[in-house]
Amino acid sequence: MVDAKQTVTEIVARADALYHDLEFGAVKRWKETHPGGKVIGCLPTYAPRELAHAAGMLPVYLRGAGDQVEIIRGDAYFQSYICQLPRGMIELALSGRLDSFDGFLFPAICDVIRNLSGIWQLHFPDKLARYLDIPQNFDVEVGGRFYAEELRRLLTDFEQLSGQKVSDDALRHSIGVYNTHRRVIQNLMDLRSEKPWLVPADETYLVLRAGDVLPVEEHIEMIKQYLQSVVELERPMRDHSRVVVSGAFCEQPPLGLIRTLERAGCYIVWDDMTISARFIAGDVSTSGDPCVALARAFIEQGVESASVYSCKKKKGSELCETVRKAGAQGVIFAAPSFCDPALLDQPMLQTALDQESIPWTAFKYAENLGQFQVIREQAGTFSDSIRLWGA
Amino acid sequence: MRVFTGIDLGSTTTKAVMLDENGDILGRGITNSRSNYDLAAAIAKAEARTSARFVLLGRELATTEDAAALDRFLPRLQIELRRRQHLQRLEVLREICAEECQHPRVARIREELERRVDQIVSQLVAAEARPGPLAIITKEAKGSDFFRDRASSDYSRLAEKAADVEVGFDDLMSIFDKAIIRVENTELKEGFEELILQALLDLGSRFDETTLARYRAAVQRTLAIELIDGGVIGTGYGRQRLPFPKESIRSEILCHGLGAHHQFPNTRTVLDIGGQDTKAIQVDGVGIVTSFQMNDRCAAGCGRYLGYIADEMNLGLHELGPIALQSERTVKISSTCTVFAGAELRDHLSSGQRQEDILAGLHRAIILRAMSLLARSGGIDDEFTFTGGVANNPAAVKALRQLVQENYGDRVLNISPNSIYTGALGAALFCRRAAEDRAAA
Amino acid sequence: MDNVDKEPSMLKQKEMIGAHFDRLAEAPAQGKKVVYTFVPGNLTELLLSFDVLPVYPEINALQSAMRKRSGDFISEAERIGHSEDVCTYVKCDIGMKRSGNIGPTGKPIPKPDLLLLSYTGCFTFLKWFELLREEYDCPVVLLHTPYQADGEITPSMREYMVRQIRSEVIPALEKLTGRAYDEDRLRECLELSRQAEDDMVHVLESAQNRPSPIDAYFGGVFYIGPMFTAFRGTKAAVDYYAMLKQEVDARIARGEGPITPDGPMGPEKYRLVVEGPPNWTHFREFWRMFSEEGAVVVASTYTKVGGVFDFGFRHDPNDPLGTLADYCMGCYTNRSLPQRVEMLASYAKKFSADGILVNSVKSCNSFSAGQLVILREVEKRTGIAGGFIETDLVDARYFSAANVKNRIESYLQMIEQKRSGKTEEVRA
Repeated sequence: MVDAKQTVTEIVARADALYHDLEFGAVKRWKETHPGGKVIGCLPTYAPRELAHAAGMLPVYLRGAGDQVEIIRGDAYFQSYICQLPRGMIELALSGRLDSFDGFLFPAICDVIRNLSGIWQLHFPDKLARYLDIPQNFDVEVGGRFYAEELRRLLTDFEQLSGQKVSDDALRHSIGVYNTHRRVIQNLMDLRSEKPWLVPADETYLVLRAGDVLPVEEHIEMIKQYLQSVVELERPMRDHSRVVVSGAFCEQPPLGLIRTLERAGCYIVWDDMTISARFIAGDVSTSGDPCVALARAFIEQGVESASVYSCKKKKGSELCETVRKAGAQGVIFAAPSFCDPALLDQPMLQTALDQESIPWTAFKYAENLGQFQVIREQAGTFSDSIRLWGA
Repeated sequence: MRVFTGIDLGSTTTKAVMLDENGDILGRGITNSRSNYDLAAAIAKAEARTSARFVLLGRELATTEDAAALDRFLPRLQIELRRRQHLQRLEVLREICAEECQHPRVARIREELERRVDQIVSQLVAAEARPGPLAIITKEAKGSDFFRDRASSDYSRLAEKAADVEVGFDDLMSIFDKAIIRVENTELKEGFEELILQALLDLGSRFDETTLARYRAAVQRTLAIELIDGGVIGTGYGRQRLPFPKESIRSEILCHGLGAHHQFPNTRTVLDIGGQDTKAIQVDGVGIVTSFQMNDRCAAGCGRYLGYIADEMNLGLHELGPIALQSERTVKISSTCTVFAGAELRDHLSSGQRQEDILAGLHRAIILRAMSLLARSGGIDDEFTFTGGVANNPAAVKALRQLVQENYGDRVLNISPNSIYTGALGAALFCRRAAEDRAAA
Repeated sequence: MDNVDKEPSMLKQKEMIGAHFDRLAEAPAQGKKVVYTFVPGNLTELLLSFDVLPVYPEINALQSAMRKRSGDFISEAERIGHSEDVCTYVKCDIGMKRSGNIGPTGKPIPKPDLLLLSYTGCFTFLKWFELLREEYDCPVVLLHTPYQADGEITPSMREYMVRQIRSEVIPALEKLTGRAYDEDRLRECLELSRQAEDDMVHVLESAQNRPSPIDAYFGGVFYIGPMFTAFRGTKAAVDYYAMLKQEVDARIARGEGPITPDGPMGPEKYRLVVEGPPNWTHFREFWRMFSEEGAVVVASTYTKVGGVFDFGFRHDPNDPLGTLADYCMGCYTNRSLPQRVEMLASYAKKFSADGILVNSVKSCNSFSAGQLVILREVEKRTGIAGGFIETDLVDARYFSAANVKNRIESYLQMIEQKRSGKTEEVRA
């Protein structure tokens, strides 16, 4: 019991330190222990980290500068109506914090990230800056084929950067490792929806975010240990409502905001904040052509998101399904200001929820938001209303 | 003597600068901008002419008097002149107030209202009527020089005393509020010559006969100098509304660049934070603008934003900076959006943050916005000149110094005590240059 | 444009567009099928070969703005839950639909029988058609145009496009119309496109003359109209561009400048390259801020959103589907930032520009994100003066006339000063 408590404390403390370290000490340490090893910085949301892993590289998800770094240079690059994340990225880069990175990957999630890849190409020509188109056509023979080709092209770039030829077996092995990763994450998510009082939102969030920067094998161990220990804790169950948080798949809400929601009485039983680690539901096949397998999985097992064209007849049906599966009572739409995909998605998702009589509330944030009072009140009222008068 | 005038029609104040043929500054004038831009321009220009006369008078006196004597005499004369102008305006105020009392809206209490308003104005006149000791006058001079500001604070103080159930404070103030706009739009009957001669008379008893005679002679010689209008160039936010031909209008960006160059010839980067907008300007070695950036439609980071904050905190605009300077722990402010400023402010206050720490954070936030405009325009080169109303705010200057040091290293930061006149100065310089070009052609 | 100095081409264009909206209004009664699609990467020739009528929602939105209706439409969209932050084209279109879907000529725009989502160069298009799909009960077919992230079209990208057209778009159109894909008919349309494209390029290139006979941004918007919308691939477009070419050539011969809504422009004083779409809510006022100062736009990137033809690309009747793919992928907003920089720098040189001005619109991240970097790069490469203004497409709340005018004037005066030899370099 004491041991479990201590283990949890230590894990969370480590995750917290990684989260707050925008000097990326963990990356530097990895490079020290992996001489010649290359690090690739990945923007949200759809980085096929398996490819980097197979090439012996360390893939690291980057999510702007959070609320710790004052943006001075970054603001000079973007107009006031562009979201916060790219400003943070520029700030990190120009302040030398990304010097230990050897390349950058910009998955196709919106026009801002897309153009950020171009800024990188213009500004940092000596480093790999790769945009990765994701298929919006969901026929395996059409979109799947194209995406597999794109993945192969990316793999070639990674091979060149790392100086390491990647065999199909190596890539299949990496896919296997990430399958394990996805499974342990799913276990954690399951526990959250079953017993959210055991795994508070901010803890879960930190533990998952540690996977942004840790080698995947280490992260798997971290989650496993956390899960093992946390179930032994006696944490009181509170009279909270159960909510799903949607819209935060790219620019992240500050940690204080996540804490605020739970303190205001909302157990977050599902969220898309860390969706970049689990955008494929279930395992990717480890047989056959590994690039085809990854492409196929993206098309057939991809999670619904504002950045992917919804070919389902009814937009929002997947969100309703998520709410049901997670046993949530309502949805909190938390989207970054000026996030076109998330904000344009909202009215459709809200209509779908309305039709199923699922209550929701909505607010906007920026990664450097400093004040949570209004949101605390809003979330508190929402929580009360669905607990006391909800269905 | 040919003179060249530049007028900067800003959103809150209108400034004029007058140059002589050699390009030296003769006079400066400032007044509240108002709905009637022509008039604001005319008044600022007249003020600049008045101040030019004093510069010329100083030059005349310098031929016969030593510096100490000049210091004794000139400021007093200037203050007397101002007092005379004030008295004249108060008389105009009295007339217009009486007219406003005839409005049917106040028919019920007309006679009593008339009586009390007149009484208040009489008290204002009495207070101005006798020349005060110099000490008091200089203290006063530190406050606002605008008739509206001074009259309105005195009037409202007296109106509070004069109000009762029969004639309320609001009744008394409504008369004033209506009247003051008309007063500001009325040009004074007596001109500079009459006023200065009267002012000289007022001071007569303070100097001996022979000294006074020399002073009078100098005044007469000054009055004899004809100020020939060599041209006027307008600039500033309201320049489109000036009744000037197109070629007599210059963008304020160019004027600020040239004005800053004139004030500090080594200037390469200019930051101007005015009421309505913020500008980051790069100039070359002769004061020509090579690139610039302005804030977007959002008022965040402009002087106007500080105005909102002052209102929100129930403070005077000029108090903000000094209070913020007392801070030892700057609060991080994430939003410089005027719309959210109020909410965020209340949020911080309610969470127990100290007023000075919040204000320090707000000043830093404004300067951060300016830093990004500066970066967009090409960075901060040595030397760096800060102009506009916000350059008078010590907390803003402190934040700027710090951020410049952190991001660009050592830079000479210039702030002119006359920084508010930078745009008008640039316009006057353009005016003189245009005359040169015409002459050359 | 009102009754000032209308040239025959202008009248012809108005007639063509009027006729198109008439056809649309009558489509349901005539049993004609209507397809909604977007301007960038549009498959107009293919649609015409199936005899269906295209509707372009962005065009509706900008027309609404020019008729001063967009404010109400946007409010309507915000009322039903759309954020103030997002693209105003989308909100204007949704608001218009909710307000009766009346087109610019006052006639109703029919409901779509098919939504052809050509996802080219703008992520918001995806969301836009998801939203329209909620509004209408009709099939959707998506054409995903891969982005030229590395400044090139790879064989795999091309193959992906052709495959989508062949296996998704064409079957959807066949199903809709009940007729088979007619490649010969498509080839005919593509040949007509090619002809019109030649003349349009000639018109755009005419701005190399001094004075420039055209304004390639404000005027250019009208010149690209037929080409980017329902007329590419028609005889009418070929005739229109031939007529326009003649007019422009005549102006060159007479040494005349562009014609503005206020009449012929005065002497040309500044030659600008402009990046970014125009503002539509104050279009004339905006144009006047330039024309009154003697500033003419000699090249613009906005006139390339519906296709980049001035670097050699033409629709090729010999490779019908491949050429459609190349066309889509070549559209301006589908090009990488380095490509955009390259293009702007080449315009600056080719058209002897005095400056490059960015009009940054709040709505369009595809255009706007990175424009400050683009501007700096082009300045660095060409040495010409850069300027930056901020407006919006169709939301008047983001058009501050005083602010915009101030910036334009300051910018032009800066160019004037640099030129007039009063600068340091010249004086030294």
